[in-house]
Amino acid sequence: MSTRRTFLKLTAAASLAPAVASAQGAGRVVVVGGGFAGATCARTIKKLDAKLTVTLVEPNKTFTACPFSNGVIAGLRELRQQQFGYDGVVRDGVISAQTSAGSIDVSAKTVTLADGARLSYDRLVLAPGIDLNWSGLPGYIEAAAEKMPHAWKAGPQTLLLRRQLEAMEDGGLVVISAPANPFRCPPGPYERASLIAYYLKTKKPKSKLLLLDAKDAFSKQKLFQNAWAQLYPGLIEWVSLSQGGKVTSVDPATLTFVTDFARHKASVANVIPPQKAGAITAQAGVADRTGWCPVEPVAFESTLQPGIHVLGDAAIMGGMPKSAFAANAQAKVCAAAVVARLAGKEPVDPRLINTCYSLVAPDYGITVAGVYRPDKGQLADIAGAGGISPIEADAAFRAQEAVYAEGWFRTITAETFG
Amino acid sequence: MRCWLLPALACALAQPGAAHAADAPPGASSCSGCHAASKTVETAVPRLVGRKPVEIVMAMREFKSGARPATVMGRIAKGFNDPETDAIAAWFGAQSD
Ligand SMILES: Cc1cc2nc3c(=O)[nH]c(=O)nc-3n(C[C@H](O)[C@H](O)[C@H](O)COP(=O)(O)OP(=O)(O)OC[C@H]3O[C@@H](n4cnc5c(N)ncnc54)[C@H](O)[C@@H]3O)c2cc1C
Ligand code: HEC
Repeated sequence: MSTRRTFLKLTAAASLAPAVASAQGAGRVVVVGGGFAGATCARTIKKLDAKLTVTLVEPNKTFTACPFSNGVIAGLRELRQQQFGYDGVVRDGVISAQTSAGSIDVSAKTVTLADGARLSYDRLVLAPGIDLNWSGLPGYIEAAAEKMPHAWKAGPQTLLLRRQLEAMEDGGLVVISAPANPFRCPPGPYERASLIAYYLKTKKPKSKLLLLDAKDAFSKQKLFQNAWAQLYPGLIEWVSLSQGGKVTSVDPATLTFVTDFARHKASVANVIPPQKAGAITAQAGVADRTGWCPVEPVAFESTLQPGIHVLGDAAIMGGMPKSAFAANAQAKVCAAAVVARLAGKEPVDPRLINTCYSLVAPDYGITVAGVYRPDKGQLADIAGAGGISPIEADAAFRAQEAVYAEGWFRTITAETFG
Repeated sequence: MRCWLLPALACALAQPGAAHAADAPPGASSCSGCHAASKTVETAVPRLVGRKPVEIVMAMREFKSGARPATVMGRIAKGFNDPETDAIAAWFGAQSD
């Protein structure tokens, strides 16, 4: 509890110092990263307390969302349906700094931007998402992604993988490699395998998909595997860690995946590489040796640097997975906590929900859900709640979840970008 | 109306217009990940803003017990005890567009 009290004192001091001129409770918040976590947090803070000055630092004019981007790869939707601008964020009174944050001076409480400008803050929120770990898989250097796309940040990579699939001859072998935990979107590789299988089944039925995995278990595994057996019999082969699925290196020149036991040459190669929190977190000193950022579970304030909150994929959120749903939920809780702290109040003990929808086919949706609360310094699953869609369910139930999945995407993107 | 509804409701009704997002009870801010806050979103998931708290409470009780069929709400409702659910329902009831 003594740390909590220290935080409070620091906050009180900070909001008295340079912000004295403004009305009580006012202060400056800088949010770095305009994704599901950052854009939601900036807008929510402004809605909760219009007197606060909120600046969102994000270099891209247009955000390209990853959820549903597996559908773009499979030719089921277009990339523009994934794209969102920041007009709604600005309309809510958030100041937009269209550049990236270059460095953070924790003691001066300033963020220096790539364009040289410097922003002072009373509270800083870091929500930079992930960086691909270019030294995590031998052979998979940045240039390799032009041959073996990751498509784990949506945009040109998504389209590259789609074009490669379209150009592949019928009878080709698609190979996907999935990383060890933790990584962005735990069900994502398996949704991708499903929707690529759907594409192959309908367009190139002699083709096969090999999924090489650095894990022995994965999210919604039973649901995915049952659906694969039902919808795509013999098309998808999943090779687990203990069956030799861990990829130890890749060769982009020959589109080859190397494991301890075999070499797999692909017609189309999708490498989902190991990941870490966005680079700015290491610079700010909020990332630990794992490459991710430990936070307390009430306001998601860094346990390494008081006054800096870390949200979304970059943070270690206990039982909560790295999802857009979770990032948005955390951002709303954090916004309320930041507003409370700046007003000299204690944030309330939160409850959060996560639900990850995945499509196994366009009319076949499945979910995993969880409800979370702070427990022993972490966000922990509330026992008895959450879990996966029923293992036994009829086609109408799966179709209904696919309909709700689309509604979810429209809802979460409207909540994030306005 | 049953008495378990009274405390939360009384609280919400006592402060008309005060159901500001800042006062959202624990858990409430996560519901809008699926139940759109804005009217303009096209989705099959019903809105909760402005709904009668008693309807939300009854639905949550039935989702929790399994009496009301659901794709996902059964799994979510089980994460909230009665006072938590009542507070969330009262808060949504006091929201308006
Ligand atoms: C194929 C795929 C499918 C997925 N499907 C789903 C799904 O169905 N449901 C779901 O809930 N989740 C899904 N996800 C996961 C989801 O995309 C992420 O969990 C989510 O984007 C995390 O949000 P975030 O705000 O932490 O990061 P992001 O959304 O990545 O946003 C981070 C932002 O920070 C910016 N940034 C980074 N560094 C800086 C800097 N120094 N200065 C300024 N800005 C910076 C970036 O430009 C970026 O805009 C999927 C992911 C993938 C890859
Ligand atoms: C993952 C998405 C999701 C989240 C999060 C969610 N809901 Fe729901 N909700 C649904 C869906 C879908 C339905 C329709 C029933 C079903 O299939 O589960 C529904 C139905 C309901 C209904 C019945 C509405 C009616 O008119 O029939 C209520 C009440 C409700 N939810 C309350 C809540 C509350 C309160 C929360 C937050 C604690 C919440 N929901 C969070 C998806 C969600």
